[in-house]
Amino acid sequence: MTIDPVLSSYSDMLFQGTVVVYLLAMAFYAVEYVSARSPKVAEAAEVAQPAAVAAGSGTADLGIVSAEPASMVGSASSASADVPVPAARTPKPERPRRSRASRFGRMAVSLTILGVLLHVGSIALRGFATDRWPLGNMYEYTSAVCLAAMVAWLVVLQRVSPTSKGVRRLGVFVLAPVLTLMVLAGTVLYAQAAPVVPALQSYWLVIHVTTVTLATGLFIVPGIASILYLCKRAGKPARFAEKLPAQETLDRLAYRTTVVAFPMYTFAVICGAIWAEAAWGRFWGWDPKETVAFVAWVVYAAYLHARATSGWRHVGAAWINIVGLATVIFNLFFVNMVIAGLHSYAGLG
Amino acid sequence: MTTAPPAPPQTAPDPPKRTPAALAVLRNAWRGLTSMRTALVLLFLLALASLPGALLPQTSLNPQLVDQYKADHPQLSVLWDKVGAFEVFSTPWFAAIYLLLMISLVGCLTPRSLEYLRAMRQRPVATPRNLSRMPHHAVDVVDGTPAEVLDRLDGRLKGWRRTRTEDSVSAEKGYLRETGNLVFHLSIVGLLLAMAVGKLFGYEGQVIVLANGGQFCNTSILGYDSFRPGLQVDGTNLAPFCIKVDSFAAEYLSNGQPKQYRAQIGYQSAEQVAGGDTSTWQNYELSVNHPLRLDGDRVYLLNHGYAPRFTVTWPDGRQRTGEIQWQPVDTRTYLSQGATKFERPGIPDDATGRRSSIAITGLFAPTSSGGQVVTSTFPDLLAPEVAVDVMRGDLGLDDGRGQSIFSVDQSKVDSGELARVARENLTPGQSITLDDGTRITFDSVDDWVALQVSHDPGQEAVLVFALLMLAGLFLSLSIKRRRFWVRVTPAADGCTRVELGGLARTDRAGYGEEFDRLRADLLDNTSGGER
Repeated sequence: MTIDPVLSSYSDMLFQGTVVVYLLAMAFYAVEYVSARSPKVAEAAEVAQPAAVAAGSGTADLGIVSAEPASMVGSASSASADVPVPAARTPKPERPRRSRASRFGRMAVSLTILGVLLHVGSIALRGFATDRWPLGNMYEYTSAVCLAAMVAWLVVLQRVSPTSKGVRRLGVFVLAPVLTLMVLAGTVLYAQAAPVVPALQSYWLVIHVTTVTLATGLFIVPGIASILYLCKRAGKPARFAEKLPAQETLDRLAYRTTVVAFPMYTFAVICGAIWAEAAWGRFWGWDPKETVAFVAWVVYAAYLHARATSGWRHVGAAWINIVGLATVIFNLFFVNMVIAGLHSYAGLG
Repeated sequence: MTTAPPAPPQTAPDPPKRTPAALAVLRNAWRGLTSMRTALVLLFLLALASLPGALLPQTSLNPQLVDQYKADHPQLSVLWDKVGAFEVFSTPWFAAIYLLLMISLVGCLTPRSLEYLRAMRQRPVATPRNLSRMPHHAVDVVDGTPAEVLDRLDGRLKGWRRTRTEDSVSAEKGYLRETGNLVFHLSIVGLLLAMAVGKLFGYEGQVIVLANGGQFCNTSILGYDSFRPGLQVDGTNLAPFCIKVDSFAAEYLSNGQPKQYRAQIGYQSAEQVAGGDTSTWQNYELSVNHPLRLDGDRVYLLNHGYAPRFTVTWPDGRQRTGEIQWQPVDTRTYLSQGATKFERPGIPDDATGRRSSIAITGLFAPTSSGGQVVTSTFPDLLAPEVAVDVMRGDLGLDDGRGQSIFSVDQSKVDSGELARVARENLTPGQSITLDDGTRITFDSVDDWVALQVSHDPGQEAVLVFALLMLAGLFLSLSIKRRRFWVRVTPAADGCTRVELGGLARTDRAGYGEEFDRLRADLLDNTSGGER
């Protein structure tokens, strides 16, 4: 188990490259966001796409009147968001010239894809350099969380963007926290490539930490969607909120990503318990990390329940989702770096 | 507690019957407790109540940290102590929250399960009169008589539960969602019960064994250095297996980070011991992440350390050799401290003998820095050295009070009954000669290992329930409950007007795509097949 310093330095270089590309991508998303016309102007200008706008405002009204049974409101609003699909798609071939916003947006997506490729390279080389699964300290872990978030974002673009207007320009809000984490990882958390302590030498590291990383990265997307949802709903700040996608779109984005991340997180926690049984002598011992993971799990469970409770379905649920993300981030940093526990593998000492 | 009250809610919806006031209060309390809103609040409380468990040091995990915290925040910790914040997970208020949550859960699940069983046998609802009011809707005209068209469409809706009338088909799909939902929630109850079994009948014991053939048998609590019994464990009926630790090996990186710990052990199962076969040992390599699973218990390698061996030779030629574990004080360098104690043999007078006991106390460095002040620079045994004080006098071993094996009784030093007679640094083989001619030799160093024996009869069940939970969660989050309707009416020219309606009954969006697919599939093929 020797360290290959050359591969390790290549990995570091790729990491830096990734940060630069993400930064560029974020700038491009930002340009797209800023130069996007607000819906009112757009409605006046583009007669071709009234359906999506109408659907957006329509569902907002429907959502407020929630005296109907849960299933009715949920399906009705989701339906109206689905309806504009053909309407929004048809005008595309008729407008060969794309707006500046759209051009920048497309470039931003290409850059994101490039960034993700570099990122994968950086993490893979780190693994080859240390001859182990590259999730052994806070630097590697944070980097992988960011990768998971970016991949989740690309999947969202692939799945949601075609049917909902204005999702792509949210990229700037996804990249901002991801870049913050990346810079933190590259500076404060950075650790030299090294083998891991005996307790981590288990195939459960691959299963448990990878799924935790994936779930954590995934949770970033709904957390941001919920923050934006609250902005949009409150309409504040006005000039900022008017360019956001429809409330319904943001809410659906938050829900659909959470619904993927939550079972994955559950699986990760269960794997952690199985590993703890082999490594520490008990499957659950209220170690600080375990405790906060439990808290996060309960918060996300509360989110799913809130979505089915009248009076909590909208603002309440969004706040709970944000609290959930805060808990997960807290667990990632504070618990590893400040609180002494069995999970103190930060590699910062 | 959980089964008696559910009766009122079921009989409640009769308005003419007036319920007595007391019963009404009970009923309302029960309804309130089992409502989703209460469950939500309880979930929050549970999350909030767990937080101190992570933010404050916990006695069950790290008593030293708790003491440290109490010393740093004397006033605050009085308050924390009163509310039990240092042992959150065994406080009554934490238990109250999760018990209420469980009651709420059972109260919510019972009617829901009954409803589920009923719904499983029920036919899909009648087709609504006005399908155009459904969120998903489509109309088309196809060839064929209404009856033919309906036959065809009905045949295409395989996999849907459907009910057919003269002019319509009502279909419903996604019943597994509710199945998953119930499995998930019932598994939570099962998981908690299984965990409770573990808390009642499980135990955890820790013991330090010298890694030079030292043995340990799981026959009684007395064999352990520390023992944490479950509520129903009295220390009898332990599985009496035996462990013999032959050797211990640690590998380190050049920076002192441990790479691998391994202990070569032999074991005898309880059955073997009971059968009287105590001479053969099965070999096992015990390492981190690879516990020994034996007789329903697990044996773990928790920690290791060093035990310096000393020989004391008194002027009369009598010799005693002592070796006991010293405690690592620095987990990076394994600088250890301890006290190896000797009572002088061969003195008929108890009092005199007691007064001439010897204790060797001080520091041990596996890789010594050298020099006057000994510290350790590396955790491996490369250049061992001890820096010891030799104390002579009354150790107080017969006082009837317990004392630490890692230090001498300070009160004996303070009272002058125990006095330092030498201070020296020794490497293996070196010795000190005291003023009375007693010779103390530092012979060698052995490893010790800390083993933990864990017993938890509930943990397999916990795993099963956890996996069921996961499966249920997956089903309930990935499956959509949705309805689909077809109505046919005769149209001109022997054609049929087909009207489709769709309704997703659950939160999850995305039925629109499926509906469009269904529509395309049903209508296009229908008309295509005719032409």
